[in-house]
Amino acid sequence: MLEAIGLGSAEELFDSIPQDLRLQRPLNTPAALSEIELLNTFEQMGARNAGARRICFLGGGAYSHYIPTIVDHILSRSEFFTAYTPYQPEISQGTLQTIFEFQTLVCQLTGMEVANASMYDGSTALAEAVLMAERVTKRSKVVASTAAHPQYLEVVRTYVQHAGIHLELVDFDEKTGQSTRALAEAIDDQTAALVVQSPNFFGCVEDLATLADAAHAKGALLVVAITEAISLGLLKSPGACGADIVVAEGQSFGVPLSFGGPYVGLFATREKYARQIPGRLVGEAYDKQGRRGFVLTLATREQHIRREKATSNICTNEGLIALAATVYLETMGRRGIQEVAQQCAQKAAYAAGRIARLDGYSLPFAGPVFNEFVVRAPRKAVELLARLGKEKGIDGGIALSRFMSDQPNDFLVCVTETNSREQIDALVEGLESL
Amino acid sequence: MTAITKVTTHISPNEQLIFERSQTGRIGYRLPALDVDEVELNIPAEFRRDDDLEGMPEVSEVDVIRHFVRMSTWNYSIDIGMYPLGSCTMKYNSRLNERVARIAGFANLHPLTDEQDAQGALQVIYELQQHLAEITGLPGVSLQPAAGAHGEMTGIMIIRAFLDARDGAAASQRRTMLIPDSAHGTNPASAHLSGFSVKTIRSTSEGLTDLDHLRELCAHGEVAGLMLTNPNTLGLFERNIKQICDIVHEAGGLVYMDGANMNALVGVARPGDMGVDVIHLNLHKTFSTPHGGGGPGCGPCCCTKELEPFLPVPRIGKSEDSSYRLDYEQPKSIGRVKAFFGNYGMMLRALSYTLTHGNDGLREATEAAVLNARYVAAGLVEDYEKPFTGSPMHEVVFTDKKQSRKGVHTLDIAKRLIDYGFHPMTIYFPLIVQGAMLIEPTESVGRQELDQFVAAMKSIASEAMEDPELVRNAPHSTRIGRLDEATAARKPVLRWKQADS
Repeated sequence: MLEAIGLGSAEELFDSIPQDLRLQRPLNTPAALSEIELLNTFEQMGARNAGARRICFLGGGAYSHYIPTIVDHILSRSEFFTAYTPYQPEISQGTLQTIFEFQTLVCQLTGMEVANASMYDGSTALAEAVLMAERVTKRSKVVASTAAHPQYLEVVRTYVQHAGIHLELVDFDEKTGQSTRALAEAIDDQTAALVVQSPNFFGCVEDLATLADAAHAKGALLVVAITEAISLGLLKSPGACGADIVVAEGQSFGVPLSFGGPYVGLFATREKYARQIPGRLVGEAYDKQGRRGFVLTLATREQHIRREKATSNICTNEGLIALAATVYLETMGRRGIQEVAQQCAQKAAYAAGRIARLDGYSLPFAGPVFNEFVVRAPRKAVELLARLGKEKGIDGGIALSRFMSDQPNDFLVCVTETNSREQIDALVEGLESL
Repeated sequence: MTAITKVTTHISPNEQLIFERSQTGRIGYRLPALDVDEVELNIPAEFRRDDDLEGMPEVSEVDVIRHFVRMSTWNYSIDIGMYPLGSCTMKYNSRLNERVARIAGFANLHPLTDEQDAQGALQVIYELQQHLAEITGLPGVSLQPAAGAHGEMTGIMIIRAFLDARDGAAASQRRTMLIPDSAHGTNPASAHLSGFSVKTIRSTSEGLTDLDHLRELCAHGEVAGLMLTNPNTLGLFERNIKQICDIVHEAGGLVYMDGANMNALVGVARPGDMGVDVIHLNLHKTFSTPHGGGGPGCGPCCCTKELEPFLPVPRIGKSEDSSYRLDYEQPKSIGRVKAFFGNYGMMLRALSYTLTHGNDGLREATEAAVLNARYVAAGLVEDYEKPFTGSPMHEVVFTDKKQSRKGVHTLDIAKRLIDYGFHPMTIYFPLIVQGAMLIEPTESVGRQELDQFVAAMKSIASEAMEDPELVRNAPHSTRIGRLDEATAARKPVLRWKQADS
């Protein structure tokens, strides 16, 4: 082939790179591994992750749920996972129709009118929601609660640091674990949005309807973030409560934990703000023969056309993970999503009830919870949980001291439908014995 | 219509939306019976859902399987054939990498697991960081950004934080980001997110950055940096890159490189050796992690030692006792850009790609990618206008100038290519080339497929002369024809709704 294009050697392919800029040595990376060696290498590294083999009660933004077998089967189809962004609709209808269904499912669950084709994850979706609220209201103050996921707040802070947005944090109520009242009181005429997570980082459900009224009375938007999207199978949708923008982490919908990613951000809003939404949108369209199809639409919001005036810089999103969520939601369906949510809440209530009766243990927050709750232990949570892991093979929760220095004895427990009664009893007995 | 040889063909079943298939009472799942005593939850009624999820699908498992399998057959994919989207690097996605990502020790690992119980996972991140540092010649690496544009935003925020630390209050005078007119749209959008205003640099008639214009723009002291793609989006290596970096550095700015086209350089040349300060890579391009119909990606940010303290937290490091650790103590960091550690599953795949290729294989892939583009360039130069004479690297740009005389435009040529069984090239990008067709074959095609592609393009060129209407109405072989996108945007229907509501 070199000959066919008139070259004598592979090196000549790079003639346009000045000689002194070319690497004159082999890369200092390992030599090639065979399939057998490679799998051994990764199996060994995987085996060094003790956490992956334990009974898991960790939540805090990533959840261990049952994943129907067919989800991975469908994701593994070449036609989905080796396709690009659907720029050519005539040969991308598979991707486009599934995104249209994804957008519809997100709207149905959140009670909103428009949803996009996905964001990177829940945390970046929240940051984009804050930026959008500023665009919509032309106001610069955003009020959030410290009961939101600490990492989500960090991401929001990074995104808004050069956007002229002032992020004000208010404290949650130490009796209820909720922040509804503090948020409602902090709003003023300059506020672009109230940002609330529900269930919040402590698992407590916030009063979204009250917050929506408070925000709207001052001309602000209510932005609702959800990290445990399965809660939508039981809790009133943010849309029904009056939210203006709803973002969520979609990992609970059929996506493995995978050490934090790839996950998928859900982003939904009101129809009147559709042209302010970040990211891709798929809409219905027809060809000359009147056949229905789907296309990427409202692209004039996006970076490839609007450049620095775009609603976001996002290009590649989380297409395949949005597909996982779509397959999950359609497989579990109307009944399954509600049943999973019910089981999570019931099992969490059972676990909370048993732990609360242990000597020296209490549940510090009185607010209603879905499937996560804070436990106050009689001693330092970090040490307790480390021993529980090592001696009992149970990851019993997340020590809040990792995020908040003033709660050394508190830890966050998450229970899902995958935790059997036997596992919950083992957790309770483990705590009791240590 | 003339009979053509189609490279690929398959059946095309019909399939409704799942909501149109739904039948009350159908289910496709089973959970274990609830094994705890049911209690009255402490969630007040007004906080509970009362719509019974009306409208959500009710289907069986086989309904779901058929639904998605049928829809999947409407997609073109790399596994079907050549996908020559310029600047997108659609290369083969190894099944081995998929298997690696599904190993239970990684797939079942919670991101908030204590670091001592996630050592293998952190080792993967650390080793990939090391390899990317070697490949780019830039020692500071963060794998946290989730995609290319996210990596760009991270890189530009790092530049801003560095300048703020270096210049203090005077940094507020330095808020201009220079971006060539050939750049990806994400560049200006990312610069804007970091609070910069954008000035555009012209390209020369050769298709390279105009040095005089660059000097002129750098003369006023307000330049924070330059965002440059290299090879640029015309597929040409910016041979003055060292000088470009010098000009920007002398003006007090930093150079950001968009690594979208790194597939032309791996193992051959390193941005760090050229004077680049910070770059993002697209693991979903150069390192073969699958595109998934639009993501997930992974957009690592690699930078100089000087910029390293500004990378996102947590950093993943190695202690003296060889254990891996998370380091949050980075006071100069721009902060976190994503929850947890980024798109971890993509890191596993990219490390697997790097290890299966080995150092010589990585370079071979680069050679093959450039060779293939060069071969296509040579094959089509008679039939399509090639606006720049320079030797292309891994991608080559042509235009529709010859065909447009017959009323056949780039869009038509792209759509007609579908009839020949290929995915079209990138079209109308870069914006500075009228009727641009940007072709990137990648290393994942052999000579036979390249010949078929060249033959298809040549055939379309003659069709454009002899039967332009045929090309203008293409594609003729797909399930649906060209869709009315204007109406779709004017009256957007963005979700399914129940007919009676």
